[in-house]
Amino acid sequence: MDQHLLSIVLLTPLAGLLVLLFIPSKSKDLIRIWANLAAFAGFLVSLPLVSRFQVGVAGFQFEERADWIPSLGAHYHIGMDGISLLLVMLTTLMGFVAMLCSWSAVQDRTKEYYSMFLLLQTGMIGVFVALDFFLFYVFWELVLVPMYFIIGVWGGPRKLYAAIKFFLYTLAGSVLMLLGILTLYFQHFHQFGTYTFEISELMKTAMPLGLQQWVFWAFFLGFAIKVPMFPFHTWLPDAHVEAPTAGSVILAAVLLKMGTYGFLRFSLPLLPKASMDRTIVQILAVLSIIGIIYGALVCMMQKDWKKLIAYSSVSHLGFCTLGIFSMNPNGIAGSVLQQLNHGISTGMLFMVVGVIYERRHTREISEYGGLAHVMPKFAVIFAIAMLSSVGLPLLNGFVGEFTILMGAFEANRIWAAFAVTGVILGAAYLLWLYQRTMLGQVTNGKNLVIPDLSFREVAMFLPLIAWAVWIGVYPKPYFDILRQPVAEIVERVRPGYYSGGVQNAAIPRPATQVGVAQ
Amino acid sequence: MIQSFYTATDHFTIIPAVMLALFGCAILLFDFLIFPDPRQRKYLLIFVALAEGFTGFALFRQTAWLASSGQAQLQGFQGSVTIDGFGIFFNWMFLIAAMIVALVSYHYLEIAGEHHGEYYSLILLAQCGMYFLATGTDLITLFIGLELMALCFYIMVGFLRADKRSNEAAMKYLLLGAFSSGFLVYGFSVLYGIAHSTKLEDIAAAIASRPPSDPVVFLALATTLVGLLFKISAAPFHMWAPDAYEGAPTTVTAYLSVASGAASFAFLLRLFHGPLAPFASAREVWEPMLAVIAVLTLTVGNLAAVNQTNIKRLLAYSSISHSGYMLLGLVAGNETGINGIAVYVMVYTFMNLGAFLVLVALRRQKIIGEDMDDISGLMHKSPGYALLMLVFLLSLAGIPPTAGFLGKYYIFLSLIQTGHYTLAVVATLYVAVAIYYYFKVVRSMFTGEETEKAPLATSFGLRVALAVSGVMTLVIGIYPEPFLRLAQTSLLR
Repeated sequence: MDQHLLSIVLLTPLAGLLVLLFIPSKSKDLIRIWANLAAFAGFLVSLPLVSRFQVGVAGFQFEERADWIPSLGAHYHIGMDGISLLLVMLTTLMGFVAMLCSWSAVQDRTKEYYSMFLLLQTGMIGVFVALDFFLFYVFWELVLVPMYFIIGVWGGPRKLYAAIKFFLYTLAGSVLMLLGILTLYFQHFHQFGTYTFEISELMKTAMPLGLQQWVFWAFFLGFAIKVPMFPFHTWLPDAHVEAPTAGSVILAAVLLKMGTYGFLRFSLPLLPKASMDRTIVQILAVLSIIGIIYGALVCMMQKDWKKLIAYSSVSHLGFCTLGIFSMNPNGIAGSVLQQLNHGISTGMLFMVVGVIYERRHTREISEYGGLAHVMPKFAVIFAIAMLSSVGLPLLNGFVGEFTILMGAFEANRIWAAFAVTGVILGAAYLLWLYQRTMLGQVTNGKNLVIPDLSFREVAMFLPLIAWAVWIGVYPKPYFDILRQPVAEIVERVRPGYYSGGVQNAAIPRPATQVGVAQ
Repeated sequence: MIQSFYTATDHFTIIPAVMLALFGCAILLFDFLIFPDPRQRKYLLIFVALAEGFTGFALFRQTAWLASSGQAQLQGFQGSVTIDGFGIFFNWMFLIAAMIVALVSYHYLEIAGEHHGEYYSLILLAQCGMYFLATGTDLITLFIGLELMALCFYIMVGFLRADKRSNEAAMKYLLLGAFSSGFLVYGFSVLYGIAHSTKLEDIAAAIASRPPSDPVVFLALATTLVGLLFKISAAPFHMWAPDAYEGAPTTVTAYLSVASGAASFAFLLRLFHGPLAPFASAREVWEPMLAVIAVLTLTVGNLAAVNQTNIKRLLAYSSISHSGYMLLGLVAGNETGINGIAVYVMVYTFMNLGAFLVLVALRRQKIIGEDMDDISGLMHKSPGYALLMLVFLLSLAGIPPTAGFLGKYYIFLSLIQTGHYTLAVVATLYVAVAIYYYFKVVRSMFTGEETEKAPLATSFGLRVALAVSGVMTLVIGIYPEPFLRLAQTSLLR
């Protein structure tokens, strides 16, 4: 039991799916109950991961390893470090919450709907725990198909366009990433004489800088499209706007993190030279900053509530990638924490839109106004979600953004200066959204009769709010968990960073280090 | 006296073909004698099963002999026929394809009103031709094998006599096929002129002794290549494929795309790769040519498929693009690439047959069932078939964890290994194009409305065949190890 804990976490949704297939599609309530139970079970079995995770231990925990395809050197090798732990917990919790918020929203083809979600769940957990590149790639691609259906079948008016755009964009990126993986795999064979997809083995491959750069760009396309970073973000608003609420929640909360996770787990440790290359770092940092500011500016102009939240993801994920490419402990730890925060906050914001859309079937901001009078519970929850996304101290967003900005400042003060404007703009567009929809007098008669949140709806927000407050008030456990894996990444890309002798002058190192991650 | 012309070894090397030919002729005889009633003709499947049983047993014995003797190959008829892992592997694929196609044909042909005994005989005789394409090492043997296969297909493509499209398809295929055979034979005559022998071994030695830039060698190469590229429907010699695929009975289309394609690839590999291959020493001449042709084939196949509304036509263009991928394996030309072609042929057999089988089920009384509209709402009508089709299409596109990914994996890896980075990028990007048109079918199945209520035409044979293809497509994708090892036995040493 103990040594297979991670496999159990990975396969629970799949087991739930198998049982679900035998429930006749006419008994919709039974399907809903079972799917929610399965997702809840998925969350419950992941809890022991937290209690048994040993903080500060180097390397991976809960490791499991078996030969899978010996003639290719592919293994069933899974395990987790602090970064994966946080993202897996986010996945299992959000998976459950997403199920819960689809209860009344999805009325037709429920069986297919919940099957797709359970399949998606396994795919996402797999991405975060795979320690073998082949296995990772299989999970990475596995995620695309259910998401295509979730958008394409249960989505809005332009769902088919959005679904195929999502699929094509991410697929184009991931097949190019596959070429990068194969190049690395072949280089490793060239040096060691054995074919293997093990990450730990591939890390030993010494590649010349030029080749590393090519591989880096191949990985970059795969991950950056997923994140999405600035020039590749155009699939995101379409996918988000058209997807059903739960689809948007999962897409924002978990799917996008696969890209940032990819940078942290693969790009940086496997290609340290290329990752520290001055040009590459600068390009990526600039793209991140463009993403932050451009995403925020676009948000200001949105008339569609959901599209606004979608573009805010571009902006917030810009912070995450900026943190990664600051290449210092604060930046990276902040980035991981911000990924978690974004999952919680934006997940809530999408649920907020979902709740209101279910009642009024419109997302036009101008249709609303003064909702706080009609829906007081809703107003409070929306306020918390909005403020956590804005980065109000004592809520989660603040901690993440602050740490990232600290890391960015350490790397390059100008980056930090530009990134800070994103925080201000973020406050502007979200507060303005809140003002336009919730405050003032009720101007539209249709809004007078909207019912407030039901018990189930409050219940689905509560765990997320609790988590947001916890991170905001007492983030120390998170930084403790992240310290070791972050240190390993930093040590890998900048050998000697902690002992003081940094050779690489690409990023000037300050004399002293301050920060939560210390 | 006869022993010197037909030794026990000679016999051993051709038993599978003998079995196929015997049973093929037997069907022609017994069809008249014992099954005068058309409804009984499905019992002819027993003959097919027996034929394939004996063939399989013979192939099995050949494998066992090679394993126990430790030799890589066994030649019969003074080197005209060669048994080796390569030939045996390909023959297993032909056998699987023929079995599955025969199994689903009876119901389809009954619906189409053209259930005749000779159909099964043609399947077996075509397979007999394929046997010689995969094992022949003499120009004459290879050519006879090719023509035997092609002639059977000309007839089978036109099997729906009352259907104008079928007739047109057969005529086009016949004319263009004959034309390409002319090129091929011309190339063979030049090869004979070079080597004064029809044995591949002698020709290989003769060409190796000449400089690669020799114009005579180039003449032979170019003309042979035209004939071969026609057979594998590579651009710009692909014109026949969409029409023939669309017009032919769907079962024949499946057989044509899978078995005939695989046999032609075996033929191509015999001539271009391995110790016996005549053109192996002229690689520097043909490699760039084939690279251009492969990219052209990928482009034509993928881009033309995008706007198709007839699913058979769409699959025809997609199979053109698959030929492009397999050609890339030959362009890379290292062990991974050649092994990749074998893996590709194997997974393609199951996934492409499967996709066509779903179309077979869509053909009902008075419903042709080939258009995008006909498959619309399939998820609502028959979820099982829709999900299987989804698996086949994902596999055709090369999305893990389905079998199709492994075929593409090997091809991409071989391109990276040999430094063909540009080709690799082009090949991978066409995966994204492919997903677009495959998912047009998926979209129609899962989000479209049903256009009619008629239930699918299923039969016991069709269900078995679909189950086999579906299970294999998934199993090879999820646990490929034994299948990869099997494919490795096919490497030409």
